Amino acid sequence: MTSPKPNPLTFQELILKLQTFWAQRGCVLQQPYDVEVGAGTMAPETFLRVLGPNPYKVAYVQPSRRPADGRYGENPNRLFKHMQLQVILKPPPENVQELYLESLGAIGIDLKQHDIKFEEDNWESPTLGAWGIGWQVMLDGLEITQFTYFQQCGGVDLFPISAELTYGLERIGAFLQDVDSIYDIVWARDPETGREVKYGEVRYADELQFSTYNFDVANVEMLWEHLRLYEAECKSLIDYINQELAKYKSSTLAEIKAATPLGPRLKQERDRLPILAAYDLCLKCSHLFNILDARGAISVTERVGVIARVRALAVGIAKAWMEQQHGQSLGAPAAGKKAKKEQVAPVG
Amino acid sequence: MPDFLLEIGCEEIPARMIVGAREELTKRVGDLLRRERLLESEALSAFDSPRRLAVYAMGIAASQPDVTEQVTGPSAQVAYKDGQPTPAAHAFAKKAGMDVAALEKITTPKGEYLAATVTRKGRAASEILAELLPKEINALYWPKNMYWRVQSEKFVRPLRWLVAMLDGNVIPLEFDGIQASNTTRGHRILAANSVTVAGAKSYVELLRVAKVLGAGERLHQIRKALDAATRTIPGARWREDQGLLDTVVNLTEWPSVIRGNFDPEFLALPDEVLVTVMRDHQKYFAVEDAGGKLLPHFLAVLNTDADHAGIIQHGNERVLRARFNDARFFWNTDQKLSLRGRVALLKNVTFQKDLGSYYDKTMRVQRLSSWLSEQLKLGGRPIRAGVVHKAALLAKADLTTELVKEFTELQGIVGGLYAKVQQLDEDLKPDVREEIAKAIYDQYKPESMEYEVPRTLEGAVLAIADKADSIAGMFALGLVPTGSKDPFALRRQANGIVKIIAEHKLPLLLRPLMKDACAEYTRSEAHPKFTALAKFDEAVAAFFRERLEFYLRDAKGYAYDVVNAVLAAGSDDVADAVARAEAVAKVRGSQDFTSISVAFKRMKNILRQAREAGKPPAASLDPAALQDDAEKQLAAQVPMVAASVTHLRSEGNYEAALQEIAKLRPAVDAFFDKVMVMVEDANLRANRLALLETLVKEFTTIADFSEIVTEGKAV
Repeated sequence: MTSPKPNPLTFQELILKLQTFWAQRGCVLQQPYDVEVGAGTMAPETFLRVLGPNPYKVAYVQPSRRPADGRYGENPNRLFKHMQLQVILKPPPENVQELYLESLGAIGIDLKQHDIKFEEDNWESPTLGAWGIGWQVMLDGLEITQFTYFQQCGGVDLFPISAELTYGLERIGAFLQDVDSIYDIVWARDPETGREVKYGEVRYADELQFSTYNFDVANVEMLWEHLRLYEAECKSLIDYINQELAKYKSSTLAEIKAATPLGPRLKQERDRLPILAAYDLCLKCSHLFNILDARGAISVTERVGVIARVRALAVGIAKAWMEQQHGQSLGAPAAGKKAKKEQVAPVG
Repeated sequence: MPDFLLEIGCEEIPARMIVGAREELTKRVGDLLRRERLLESEALSAFDSPRRLAVYAMGIAASQPDVTEQVTGPSAQVAYKDGQPTPAAHAFAKKAGMDVAALEKITTPKGEYLAATVTRKGRAASEILAELLPKEINALYWPKNMYWRVQSEKFVRPLRWLVAMLDGNVIPLEFDGIQASNTTRGHRILAANSVTVAGAKSYVELLRVAKVLGAGERLHQIRKALDAATRTIPGARWREDQGLLDTVVNLTEWPSVIRGNFDPEFLALPDEVLVTVMRDHQKYFAVEDAGGKLLPHFLAVLNTDADHAGIIQHGNERVLRARFNDARFFWNTDQKLSLRGRVALLKNVTFQKDLGSYYDKTMRVQRLSSWLSEQLKLGGRPIRAGVVHKAALLAKADLTTELVKEFTELQGIVGGLYAKVQQLDEDLKPDVREEIAKAIYDQYKPESMEYEVPRTLEGAVLAIADKADSIAGMFALGLVPTGSKDPFALRRQANGIVKIIAEHKLPLLLRPLMKDACAEYTRSEAHPKFTALAKFDEAVAAFFRERLEFYLRDAKGYAYDVVNAVLAAGSDDVADAVARAEAVAKVRGSQDFTSISVAFKRMKNILRQAREAGKPPAASLDPAALQDDAEKQLAAQVPMVAASVTHLRSEGNYEAALQEIAKLRPAVDAFFDKVMVMVEDANLRANRLALLETLVKEFTTIADFSEIVTEGKAV
């Protein structure tokens, strides 16, 4: 008895199958976010989309960088950058657990042949002001997915809530192919020649070099300077956005509601405010913090302080986003309903 | 007499919460049924699995019994005027639903009144349950809950179905948007999704067919399967682990067990590491030989019927191999930097945001524990101060190791293991190193009241200093545990201090200990943030008194009045309080002691009442001013008995001291028989009161006997 399946999926087939599965269930297939993040949750497709009332379903692969987890490519189970398949279902359908189990079937896991358990595991991110309740999904003793019902994000209570499914792709890939090292996972197989490209061939240099940079070479002073600059830019952007947003509050609400010729123009002006850019800057800060942390450059006192600083940015952004996109601070529920209809989908 | 069934269907409930929720639901539903007079007996059964909580009862009332009662109306005088019924009588008759003529007249102590015998119809069980069960479900306590539909509806996980039935009929109740029905679900994978319930009687059998067993059966099944799987290995047994059994019982609906194996090479890693990986991370049972030596096998509990093709075993072995590989990798990596070399790294590890780093803590604990070893040495205890000093320095170094970062529950243990294999200092003798390793290994003990205290005196001192440092810092910041809120587990740590002092019989006083611990923060960056220093002594004393009370009552099993009596006489010296409690508990049942307790209660009452009446005792007792023989005799006995008690007490012989006090009984009894204390003569009265006060002062230093509950009336 070796492989759980005679012809296991390659790594890329695994991704394709999961994407197809969720696309068929109405998910938008997004592409990985192009700013460094520590988890799929931090991509705006999760962080910002879970805010406010609009239903949304999305799935995307997110390469997730955790500098402190790097092992110079030496450890067969640990990576500086691993890949998550992130699914957001907002609101979660009644049969969300069943849907999830079905998705395992789609990648060739016959649950009748396996042992599956949902074990309590709640999720919290102090830097994002976010938390949720859920499980780690255990398949034959292996944690393959984090299943979370989001309750709060950026300090904002969520309604409706979202279900977040985070598949650990390397773990599932190694499991399906029954290999002991992530680097031995077959990423692709040429259908004509049968030549296999392994995970190590694609990603080993990445692991080795970024471990070297994050642990040994990164210029600490420069990183602090970068952090300072990104934070300053992010903060001044948030301040500017808040100032502008204040102009569209109560006094102009009547105009927007009455849809006078002025209304749409005001709304358009409001929608131009670059909160998404501010969020990118916030992500930069978070990533720089992680590198500094891996580098052992953050003292105790600083650590608490920096986490609080990044959190303040994230919370400020979430609040501004609620106001801009969902007219949250525009007050009464009735206005909220109207605003919902008028909403323009944010550009992700 | 229909059978009643309620099942709450839910997405997987956290294993640790299931039993508590089942018990609470059973109690709530039972109370409801009895309150509403639908159930006479206690006969309520419960059922649970990760996806359901259920209660059921055979033969409850279909409706509340009708109640016939006599209702009193207006008085006859008001109700009739000139023999004719007044509007008051008509109104009462209307309310009672009968003719005025049918009303009765009754005679009460207050006179003659109108009355009506009315029968109130009982409501149908179905109606009552539909109305009230949702409230009980809603009231269930969850350590952590969530919302998923509307924000006001909270439950532990999304609720997915409800079954509520009386016999075959559905009770029309609704909760969190779910209508009760007669449809439940079986095992996620092994059974078809929907199962129709016929009623309470067949419920358990129906679920068995749908591959769901009750908790008792699951436990039985798991134990049996663990035994069977172990039998395949000659001479082996599985390592008993109640906590793990509880967990796997609550993670499964239809359990089975597989045996897996690992490479014997991994046995080179310490047992602690292997077992932690298996138990805490994988929820596997370890397998050992008859001598308790680990064997390269494990047992995993599945939530399915069998591992037909060996796929599950293969998968679990793969995961464990990776985990063990990681642990071995961490172990080897960690050896590249010695514990001594890691101490400086602690500057980057936060202890608490306002209390600084673990390096700061290390320095404080080192000073405090050295001071404590000094004290013990002065008290004649054979303690190796050098061992304490070194162990305190290295104690927290393991927090920077990869192994502890990965397996946080192994903190301390890993430090101890590393200290054992590392050359800590060039000229350190192996036996000294062994002692240092033990002290580091034991520093977090006891993890709770049931656990062992540190094995050595050096370990005990280190453990006390570490805990005292945490408690002192938090209390000085004003972070005092309240109610269920104790995020830093200060209660557990204080329990630990109490238990260690008690079981190592250490001559340490709590108040000075905590004062010293707090003083170690002076001149630190934390000190300016200490906003609660004014109340520190008082708050810490009250906190520890509670902990000591908990220890004496719950861990040592002393009656609450014994504990109260002992603590009223002092709670600063733990070892002494324990010895006093032991002595009081022993003599408590004796005739003389009971009688003396009553007498002391009486003395205290008299003294209190006299003070309240502005009649205080004399400043000191003047034996010459006493008149009665009985009081003279008692006064004469006091100094002799007191001397003897003091002597016995100083030897720690509390039992003999108490028996000595009990010898006063005849004299005390005679005093109360013959002598009246509160006489008119002010001088005599004050002197008699002074005699009583002397007695109370001299003889309640071991225990305040007035706290002892005696049979019969309190005086």
